[in-house]
Amino acid sequence: MAVGTVDVAATAWGRLRRTFGGPAWLRVFSFVLLLSVWSLATTADPSGQVLPAPWVVLDTMWYHLNEEGLLFHLGVTLWRVAAAFFGAMVIGVALGILMGARRRADIVLDGWHILFLNMPALVLIILCYVWFGLTEVAAIVAVALNKIPNVVVTVREGTRAVDRELLDVARVFRVDRRTTFLRFFLPQLYPYVMAAARGGIALIWKIVLVVELLGRSNGVGFKLHEFFQLFDIAAVLAYTLAFVVVMMVIEYGVMAPLERRCTRWR
Amino acid sequence: MAVTAGLSVDIRRKRFEGDGRTPPHTAIENLRFDVPVGQFCCLLGPSGCGKTTLLNIAAGLDHDVDGSVGIPAGDTGPRPAVSYMFQTPRLLPWMSVRDNVDIVLDPSARAEGRGVRLLERMELGSYLEAYPTRLSGGQRRRVALARAFAIRPALLLLDEPFVSLDQPVGDRLREILLDLWQAQPTTVLFVTHDLNEAIFLGDRILFLSQPPSCVVQDAAVDLARPRTPDSPAIHAFRTGLLDRHGGLLAGLAGATTDPGHSTP
Repeated sequence: MAVGTVDVAATAWGRLRRTFGGPAWLRVFSFVLLLSVWSLATTADPSGQVLPAPWVVLDTMWYHLNEEGLLFHLGVTLWRVAAAFFGAMVIGVALGILMGARRRADIVLDGWHILFLNMPALVLIILCYVWFGLTEVAAIVAVALNKIPNVVVTVREGTRAVDRELLDVARVFRVDRRTTFLRFFLPQLYPYVMAAARGGIALIWKIVLVVELLGRSNGVGFKLHEFFQLFDIAAVLAYTLAFVVVMMVIEYGVMAPLERRCTRWR
Repeated sequence: MAVTAGLSVDIRRKRFEGDGRTPPHTAIENLRFDVPVGQFCCLLGPSGCGKTTLLNIAAGLDHDVDGSVGIPAGDTGPRPAVSYMFQTPRLLPWMSVRDNVDIVLDPSARAEGRGVRLLERMELGSYLEAYPTRLSGGQRRRVALARAFAIRPALLLLDEPFVSLDQPVGDRLREILLDLWQAQPTTVLFVTHDLNEAIFLGDRILFLSQPPSCVVQDAAVDLARPRTPDSPAIHAFRTGLLDRHGGLLAGLAGATTDPGHSTP
């Protein structure tokens, strides 16, 4: 065993590992593996109806992109995701800070919080549609209400963990309240807000689809419902793929750089 | 006592109410003294004797006290500035060294570059844009010291700011502190448990008792400045103090142990 480990670097495997063992190659490898498993699985379905091959899905996506307004429905869904996300973050962060910093507020709001935290998404969606009608506002409110309790959990935890000693520095040196909040308090919350945001955006887009399926006449969820009724699995996968690509662009293009900016002092 | 007091302490009682787990505790009782404007006053006492409590009250962080601590109201100007250097540097890790000092300044002082000038004077000119996590322990204390002096305080409070540092680093910081204090005179209240440090720095040393704390001894340090750390003069003064007041000072941390090993 010991001899083997010493020799590893000199073997062909060791050389291979050093050349292709980097993170970039591992990602490529993982992606190729996914495509292979997928392609292999399609052989179990000769009809091609239940599990279409990757290239069929790509072809379908291309068709919907050019002929069937995929971009329009994608855009509508994205707007709903954005509206619900920002609404939930602003309200969730504000409530989280309030409940983390003020004990009385925490006691008053805790029962409500647990109620909403455990309310099934579907129930909130149905109630919003029944009470506010099948409107855009009802759809977005329903999604935001589903996310707010999760943001509150994370941000309240962050507020409780805030370093009081640093806030005392601001008090002694008579830093005004605005600066104290923005530059002494809020930066301590960034890691928590970022965690809430990243988990939030993934959860929100999943709920947005349900909302669209139940009560909207456009958007990815609406289209998926249509394809389900037509049993068009290729189109279902094409829409899923398109939206996953959009979310990955948001993750790597917006969230990751933002997080790096917020934590560059570490 | 001098005509104008830079700091006036008159605490009848400071009590911490217990909560189930900790019993109620009287930290300070009948603690009275005045510090004249511009005096460097060291406060020495056993750990847990309420020194930090006293500084927190003086800094305005703790208002729950029977008595008063503060700069006696004189002219009807703005409330005089108080600086506080804590046991740990308490820098904001997400801000550069420059911003850590500038954040406590008003806009005109910031525009005038007062923070940067102080940092340059403390040999931190090449670290202005660095984050505090990149600095050594001694450098962080220098930033905290720059921050404390930057607001031109009328009263400067220091709570054992140089503990847990190597001897040479600590000596250098004490020199810097005296250098700044002489360039920018202010009333100083310096808490320590190290008698040698108190003799090196102070014009005067107040010895506090075990809690509930009060002043048990008030000694003027009549040694000429500049003083040298660990010099025969300081040792002679120390020995004289212990000989005269050995009984009173017995049990005070740092008063009976060897120099350099004065941790409680």
